[in-house]
Parts: sequence; structure tokens; C-alpha cells
Amino acid sequence: MDAISVINRCNEENIPLSRLAILLEEEQGASEAEIIARVEQMLAVMEKAARGALESPLRSVSGLTGGDAYLYYQYQQAGRSLMGEGPSMAIAFALSSSETNAAMGRIVACPTAGSCGILPAALFSVTEQRGLPQSARVAGFLTAGLVGMIIDEHACLAGAQGGCQAECGSAAAMAAAAVTEMLGGSPAQCFDAAAIAIKNSLGLVCDPVAGLVEIPCIKRNVGGVMNALSAADLALAGVKSYVPFDDTVDALNRVGNAMPAALRETALGGLATTESGKRMKEEVFSS
Amino acid sequence: MPNSLFDIMGPVMIGPSSSHTAGAARLGKMAYKLSGGDIANVDIYLHGSFAATYRGHGTDKALLAGLLNLSPWDEQLRDSFQLAQEKGLHYQFIPTDLGDVHPNTVKFSITGKNGDLSEIVGSSIGGGQVVVSEIDGLTVNFTGERPILITRHQDTPGVISAIATLLYEQQINIGNMTVNRSRQDHLASMYIEIDSLCQEDITSRIRQIPGMMRVKLLLPIEERTPAQF
Repeated sequence: MDAISVINRCNEENIPLSRLAILLEEEQGASEAEIIARVEQMLAVMEKAARGALESPLRSVSGLTGGDAYLYYQYQQAGRSLMGEGPSMAIAFALSSSETNAAMGRIVACPTAGSCGILPAALFSVTEQRGLPQSARVAGFLTAGLVGMIIDEHACLAGAQGGCQAECGSAAAMAAAAVTEMLGGSPAQCFDAAAIAIKNSLGLVCDPVAGLVEIPCIKRNVGGVMNALSAADLALAGVKSYVPFDDTVDALNRVGNAMPAALRETALGGLATTESGKRMKEEVFSS
Repeated sequence: MPNSLFDIMGPVMIGPSSSHTAGAARLGKMAYKLSGGDIANVDIYLHGSFAATYRGHGTDKALLAGLLNLSPWDEQLRDSFQLAQEKGLHYQFIPTDLGDVHPNTVKFSITGKNGDLSEIVGSSIGGGQVVVSEIDGLTVNFTGERPILITRHQDTPGVISAIATLLYEQQINIGNMTVNRSRQDHLASMYIEIDSLCQEDITSRIRQIPGMMRVKLLLPIEERTPAQF
């Protein structure tokens, strides 16, 4: 399955990507009602995580990180954010989901636990900002899943294999397509948005301090959702990606393969081996 | 290519890592099932990345939660040390080197409350997916998706064919099969992965095969999520 064939099929049948996702999933033996119920259940888990660290500070299990979602939300609520209501809430939601993950709270890996803040932040901030119904979030979720399946088939979604571009980059592409469909974009526009998001993440390495899903993962989820929203905004304005989605996935795959192991979730390079990174590692594992 | 959208979206899990937390909980749960449950003591040997980062990822809590039959999405996972104490389950974590194995590998040495010993080795291979590679010294490739049979029998001609015939009579297809033998005691162990189950109690039929000493049927490890979280 590639984007070009998916776009063609959607155009022939005059359906959005989310509808095609349901048709494909039905081939696995589940009914539409069952699929939607499962998506809604996962959305409920996502929403709890996206809001759970906003009202009071939440610390990670290691003690290294936490409290930033709370800090940012206070600032956002005071009307001081540089950005509008939607994007600033996206930042708050991304931080909250990722901090919930680091605190051993319940999350939905989408596609991974380390990138679990990006899609929920995009889905919930856009629905809130535009007053969209629950069905729009379901559609966004399904579209994101379909895009993720294509990336998984032609590249990968694991930081250990392809670096952070494969995790946060893929999550951003999935979220960009989701938002584009939710706001009325065509299937081709959804893939333009996803392609732009991938292009803006290529080469991003996975270099977690102390090997933990905290530094820089939590803030990279913020970067990821900002990337997704701006890519969707471009696509909805009619801007096309000069390099089509399928080619960007091919690039993602080749860049991932070219990445040295030190930059693929081994904590042997990048931020993990800076002076501060090494010091924090010592702090965590000596206690 | 992934078959289902839900291979990409999900699992619903306790953070922070699908491989080091969700996968660890699944491995613990598989060890629980394979050992027959009711565990008195478990020594948990951690290898590679598991050994290096288990505290920060909650791998220890997740493994223990699985050994208490909890699922990767269960919020009680965080409190598994306390739960283990309440249930009288003794445990210790031992960072070690298990040799040339996957970086996220764990070995469980389990003593049941009835005194039975089990040894299980498994790896968390990414995205919460796991594989058990060794059960009581027998090399296996158990992912928890299909039922398996494990036998212990006299190392004599005809035993394996008798098992295969019984399965054939029930129209059960064999997907994977491994035999291990020990020359000293003339015993053999066999691991058989099967595609389906039948109405009849296949294990009691197999037990009647001459030379058969022990047979265990393990059902797929179901990860059924509750209707609502």
C-alpha cells in the first residue's frame, strides 16, 4: 500500500482517508461499530493523558523531568502565549501526554510511547479551536493510523531502527494528515501535509539522556505537533509538497539506515553524551 | 505490512516505553502463564538495555506486574512491588549478561508454591511485541499468539509420530516444532505450535501415548482490554 494508490482509490470512490481506513480494517473481520468503539476508547485514554498534567505538576518516575505542562498551561491560561488559542493548547496537550507517559501513567502509543503526545495534541486542540464534533476526532485518528501503516510498510516507526524522525517525524506526519482531513482537506492534501511534516523531521536523531523517554522526548513532542499543525496549514492553503509523500517515506527509510547506531536510541551519542547528559545519567542511576 | 490499523495505533499502555515497559509486562505475564501461575519465588535476570535502564523505565515494576498476571494497561502496574509483597511473591532483580541475545532480554527462574521449577527466557522486540525463546532449556519461538503444546517423553521411536497423528486426526495443523533430547536420561522434550484448538481434550489423549511423561497445553495470551478504562 502506498499513498498514490490510496489517493487514487479514495478519489475513485469519492471517500476520505478515514473511510478507507474503516473499509480496510473491516477486511480484518471487525465491524464498523466495533472499530469506532475501539477508537473512541483509545481517544478517551488519550484525552485523559493530554489533560492530566495541566492542573498540577506531574514528575517523572526517574525524577529528571516534570512540571512543564503545568508551568506552560498557567502561562497559556494567563493569555501570555505567543501563539493563538489552538496552537498554544496543542503545546500544553503534547507536554501533558508526554509527562504522563514519563510518570508511568496510561497512554496510547501512536505510533510509539515516546511520541504519544503529538497526535492527541493535534486532534484535541483543533477540535476545541474549531468546535468540531467527536466524529471529527475519530476520523482524524483513523486517517493518522492509515498514514502510519504506510510509513511502517516502507520505512519504520521505531527510534532504535530509524531515529527520532521515525517516531516523532512519523507521528507529526500522521497528525498533519489527520488535521487536514478534519478541516476538509482532500486525500491528496492530507498526504501533502504528511509529506511536509516528514521533510521537516528528516535526520532527527534519537539520543535520549540516560536512555530514558524524557530528555529530549517530551519537548520533541511539542516540536512534532507544531510541525504537524504548520504542515496541515500549508496543505489546507493549497501548498503542495514538491516531493510526494511516498518519496519522503523512502528518504526517511534511507536516512534511518544511514544513521549510526549511536544515534538510534542507544544513548551513546547526541544529547545523551553531552556533559550535562552524562551528569544527569549519573544522578538517576546512582540514587 | 501491518494488517491492522491497531498494530500502529496502540497499545493502550502504562508508560514510558513500549519495549521496556509494555513489552516487559507482557513477558512477565507469559512467564506467569508458562510457569502455571502461583509463584513463590522468582529470580529475574536482566540483560543488555534491560539491565542498564530498568529502573528509569519501570521495567522492574512492569515485569513483576506481569508475573502477578496484570496487563500492560493496568494502572496497578506502578504498585507491583507492594502487590507482590501482599501476595507473598518473593523476587529479586539480577543484572547479568545472557550472551548473544536481543538487547532487551530477560530470564525468569521461577519456583512455584508447589515446588515446581521453571525457567523462561524472552525478549521485548519493539512496539510492545515480545517473543519467548526458551522454556525449561527448550529452544522455542513463542509469541503468545497461537496455542502451544510442550511435552516431556521417553526418547524412543514412535512417540513424535503418535503425537502428530493425534493432532492430524483432530485436523490440527502444526506451525512450528522443536525437539530437544538429553542422552543421559534418554528423555526428550518437544515444543509444538499449533494453528487451532479442538473440542476434544487433546492433552489427555496425548498423555495416554506410551512413553509420555508430561504434556502441557498453553493457550494464546489474550490481551483483552476492558470495555472502558
